[in-house]
Amino acid sequence: MATVLSPRARRHVELLDHAWRERRGLLGWLTTTDHKRIGLMYLFTSLAFFAAGGVEALLIRTQLIGPAQHLLTPEAYDELFTMHGITMIFLVVIPMTTGAFGNYLVPLMIGARDMAFPRMNAVSFWIFLGSGVFLYIALATGQAPNAGWFDYVPLASKQYDPGLNIDFYGYGLIFNGIASTATAINIIVTIFKLRAPGMSLNRMPLFCFAFLAAAFSLVFALPALTLATIFLELDRQLGFHFYDVAFGGDPLLWQNLFWIFGHPEVYIIILPAFGIATSIIPTFVHRRMVMFPLVALAELLVAFLGFGVWVHHMFAVGLATMVTVYFAAASLIIVIPSAIQIFAWITTILSGTPEFKTPLLWIVGFIVFFIVGGLSGITLAAIPFDQQVNASYYVVAHFHFVIFGGAVFPILGGMYYWFPKVSGRMYHERVGQLSFWLSFIGTWVTFFPMHLVGIDGMPRRIYTYTAASGWATLNALESVGAYVLAAGLLLVIANLAVSLLKGPRAGNDPWRGDTLEWATSSPPPPYNYAVVPTVSSAYPMWDRDDRERDAVRLDRGEGVLARGHETPASTVQDAEFDEVLAMPPHSLWPPLVGLALFVGFVMLLLAHFVIAAAVGGAAALLLLAWHAEAPREEAGAPVPGLGTPGEGAAT
Amino acid sequence: MRDRAAPGMGRRAPWRRACAIASASALCVGGCGGRQSIVAPRSHQAHVISLLWWWMLGASVVVFAGAVGLLALAFLRRRSAGLPLVGKREDLAGGMVIGFGIVVPLVVLVTLFGASDIYAVRFSEAPAPGSTAMTVDVTGHQWWWEVRYPGSQAVTANEVHIPVNTRVRVLATTDDVIHSLWVPRLARKIDMIPGRENAILLDTPDAGRYVGQCSEFCGLAHANMRIAVVAEPAASFAAWLANAARPAPPPAGASATSGRQLFTGRGCDGCHELRGTEAQGQIGPDLSHLASRATLAALTVPNTRAELAAWIEDPQAIKPGAHMPDLGLSAGEAQKIAAYLEGLH
Repeated sequence: MATVLSPRARRHVELLDHAWRERRGLLGWLTTTDHKRIGLMYLFTSLAFFAAGGVEALLIRTQLIGPAQHLLTPEAYDELFTMHGITMIFLVVIPMTTGAFGNYLVPLMIGARDMAFPRMNAVSFWIFLGSGVFLYIALATGQAPNAGWFDYVPLASKQYDPGLNIDFYGYGLIFNGIASTATAINIIVTIFKLRAPGMSLNRMPLFCFAFLAAAFSLVFALPALTLATIFLELDRQLGFHFYDVAFGGDPLLWQNLFWIFGHPEVYIIILPAFGIATSIIPTFVHRRMVMFPLVALAELLVAFLGFGVWVHHMFAVGLATMVTVYFAAASLIIVIPSAIQIFAWITTILSGTPEFKTPLLWIVGFIVFFIVGGLSGITLAAIPFDQQVNASYYVVAHFHFVIFGGAVFPILGGMYYWFPKVSGRMYHERVGQLSFWLSFIGTWVTFFPMHLVGIDGMPRRIYTYTAASGWATLNALESVGAYVLAAGLLLVIANLAVSLLKGPRAGNDPWRGDTLEWATSSPPPPYNYAVVPTVSSAYPMWDRDDRERDAVRLDRGEGVLARGHETPASTVQDAEFDEVLAMPPHSLWPPLVGLALFVGFVMLLLAHFVIAAAVGGAAALLLLAWHAEAPREEAGAPVPGLGTPGEGAAT
Repeated sequence: MRDRAAPGMGRRAPWRRACAIASASALCVGGCGGRQSIVAPRSHQAHVISLLWWWMLGASVVVFAGAVGLLALAFLRRRSAGLPLVGKREDLAGGMVIGFGIVVPLVVLVTLFGASDIYAVRFSEAPAPGSTAMTVDVTGHQWWWEVRYPGSQAVTANEVHIPVNTRVRVLATTDDVIHSLWVPRLARKIDMIPGRENAILLDTPDAGRYVGQCSEFCGLAHANMRIAVVAEPAASFAAWLANAARPAPPPAGASATSGRQLFTGRGCDGCHELRGTEAQGQIGPDLSHLASRATLAALTVPNTRAELAAWIEDPQAIKPGAHMPDLGLSAGEAQKIAAYLEGLH
């Protein structure tokens, strides 16, 4: 890359610096619409919740370290396992993947300057933060949700759980869902409309296919959860009877609605992890992904099929055998696209020259864990076996292999992989490998024995067990594993924290990666790329000619778009230059809207419905004020180096 | 596979209330705990499922070893430029993905589908009404199990007596939240859902005591909601059923008689029934033949006089969250009530 800019190029860069300047200091973070800063806020917030969820897990494991322990009361235990689940799903993995990785990396990878809706992006972060604070107020005040993360009625009804606990759950998840939906829509539109000229869909990185699939799943799955929780609160607050069998309701309605969301949710969690894996593998094995189109298809297929399998969470509720057999078949079919991806990764690693550095180690660990979780998942599609081990520790083992091994491992690998890009510095390789091995061993020792105690009949969600059950040894082992795992995770954070301050400079492209984010500086400037990059293959960084031409184009002022806060939009399929979008600048409206909604949900929780309505009205007014500032658009004028809007690419 | 041998049950120390829970599990063996493993089956149904498990485990080990073996191969050959053939030819690499990612899984999955979801599933299906020799009604409550025998007056709790070599249809319902009946050595689990009547089959050739527990989270004492299925020869089952159908026996001795008076005087009868007496409460378990049960509080503690008195005196210390209230009884009163109840064989 050209590091010394000519005077002409420097003038273009200065114009861009000026156009994309944000406020300084704390106010800068509060008002930012920069997808990278929003991504970082997502990252740090979800890491804080990850720590909270981890402490909850350690308390649970310490309680179960031996039979008849007294660290926790049953009340505390029930709140902790419920909060652990809610935290890890809604406050860690979804915001970490779509919020942090998606936000930070999708625009960079597709050569865009921001997300399609920068202010909506900011508002979704503030809503997410608000929903997390909302849920943790519940824990801090000792009235956290306590009916498990899937919150089955009638245990969660007013009759059996009269406190605020379940209301925190209901309102908290409705609140949280707004943020996830907004982020998902943003990712979809960004991927469809903001790809750099030349990045037709078939040249899009697999990372973006995975995030696109996850975002579509979110958009279609979340309404079921929102509806279910609205019904729940109507039952609880206003005496409706959606789930009350005595008045013609049905508790299975909750289970169906919840799992119509809940199973696609698994793929919402795992698909971004697939995306991270398909980014890291080609870089470290120095070759292209094997069967690229098949893998892209498999990613989309997983997301689609994920909507047709939810009843396998309900094989023990007494449905007709025919129904269970259909859903078992669907659950087995979904194995195929997952198997395609696993063997595409393995074959790619096998047929390249792999460099087992820290990021690739986490991905190999992920593949190993995902195979175990996948195999145990297959056994759960064997109906009679599922009817034995459903709701036992076998299931706990299964979904921790899938979610912890399958999603958190790639997330951590991804944190190492993109750390040089985000921070501009390199992490410590040996410590990175040590942190991997500690976590890898810790994960095995924590979660593998859970299969065995499940086979031995231990149900999930019990705060105590007897010595006579014979479960003590394996449980003690699991708890020790949890401490080892915690040490490994702390080492990851320590490595990255120290490297952030003291690590050697990384440069733009320390890995010789294949995707566009490595073309810009580390960390990237607010506008990401001084020149809108052009793309002619799925591995744009390995197309040296294209990247060398970027420098020439900057010098000539082609594709620079420096006259304002702008980004080019392109056509959905072929990514031909379509129009210039004036992006909204930084703003205080998003945090204010987030705050208004937070107050509104607190008022709903406290059943002050009139105040809640008033606050809702205030939020609507804020949105109106926000939209009163129309962006300045100059339609139709030709752009040097990009061509005339709507007439296809000139390059 | 036998249940673990019970060590001697020590006499309770004076500080028993403080560590009642601690000692509960240590003392509660034989009667309360015991093996709950799905791979120690004692019925045809459970046997089929455990066989299914062993085959799936075997196949999983092969798949796992194969995939990890490929990764290990990649590690060993990390310095050479890819594998011979697969590393050089894109079509062969693609073929490997299609072979291992589509063809092999299809064969394995179709086989599994046939074996488990077409064939084995019939053994865990709900038996049709009238297709079995007898029916037992089991109703889940927070946090105990009510057991009734249609056609008989017999009512009991937390223990399901069945005759061996007899197909028994268990009708599983709930009185409050969702519970799940799971006795792994005998049968699959079945959820108990408000407004629904679910059924499973119990049928074992082996006499014995099989422990299970609630496996759907049902609130505070979910962990202490265990159940035992007692399978016994037809003759002893018939004798048990005949006894269980009788009214509660009268108190024997002065202590028991005063315990009998305290039972109604202090309000125990508000929740518990003693058939043939004025105690007609329907909230807690029927106690007409409490002494014939091996355990108390849904297999939380063994049914001894000392445990029973401690349970009556301070239920929360034995089973936190239990709906049985602390009636403020003195130790002496609790002893007398226990003396009475221990006579109800």
